[in-house]
Amino acid sequence: MELLIFSIVAVVAVVCSILVISQKSAVASALFLIATMVSLAILFLMLNAPFLAAIQIIVYAGAIMVLFLFVIMLLNLRRDEFGPEKRKAQRFFAILFVFLLLIGMVTIIEMGVFGFKPAEVVSEATAPAGVEPLAQLLFTKYLLPFELASVLLLVAIVGAIVMAKRRL
Amino acid sequence: MMVSSSSYLILSAAIFAIGVLGVLVRRNILIMFMSIELMLNAVNLALVALSKQLGSLDGQVVVFLVMTVAAAEAAVGLAIIICLFRNKKSVNVDDFNLMKW
Repeated sequence: MELLIFSIVAVVAVVCSILVISQKSAVASALFLIATMVSLAILFLMLNAPFLAAIQIIVYAGAIMVLFLFVIMLLNLRRDEFGPEKRKAQRFFAILFVFLLLIGMVTIIEMGVFGFKPAEVVSEATAPAGVEPLAQLLFTKYLLPFELASVLLLVAIVGAIVMAKRRL
Repeated sequence: MMVSSSSYLILSAAIFAIGVLGVLVRRNILIMFMSIELMLNAVNLALVALSKQLGSLDGQVVVFLVMTVAAAEAAVGLAIIICLFRNKKSVNVDDFNLMKW
């Protein structure tokens, strides 16, 4: 049952992400990106991380994608402004090297390198599910990165306003 | 039947590779930016899968921080895109050669 759900969601995720990069219109790409993110949220649920699944949908599929769609609509692009997708040689080499990259990554995952094999590193412990253990970790061991992230968000807000505003 | 974590890792590698392909092949800056988001999502999936396999929550905290950085990056990046479009009237990266020489 778990395998069946995983297979369906994985196929949906891969097909939608291929459609993201092959669509002519940016709005269609954004909609397929939302579908990919929702399928990844389902995988997070299967991986015993319900909090991250909720965050994935609220922050990624909600906030960030609304921002994307907002900018796409704001730019009000006509079809001819996308420009011709030429450069056949670049496309050929890009596909070739991405294929090599994929082979390399799958080899590392399956065979392992430098004596490290991801599939063999099995811990007996099971991570506690739910929000409380995650919050415990976030506010004790990872308190400094958490505070730095809030400063980063503030800087990003200020930077975005400064850049997008026509005249201060 | 249980799904092994290497299946999750291979799925994550596939989505990451599709994101790299999108950045390399497409010329539309908005779609290139979406490909970057795709790569960040793939990395998040790998982190959550390994976090479950190792029985530790540290990976999930890192995913939380990655999402924060992705939100900041999206805000600043889209502001840059609006700025570029205002000056060049285009979203094709071939037109953005201001800093080329």
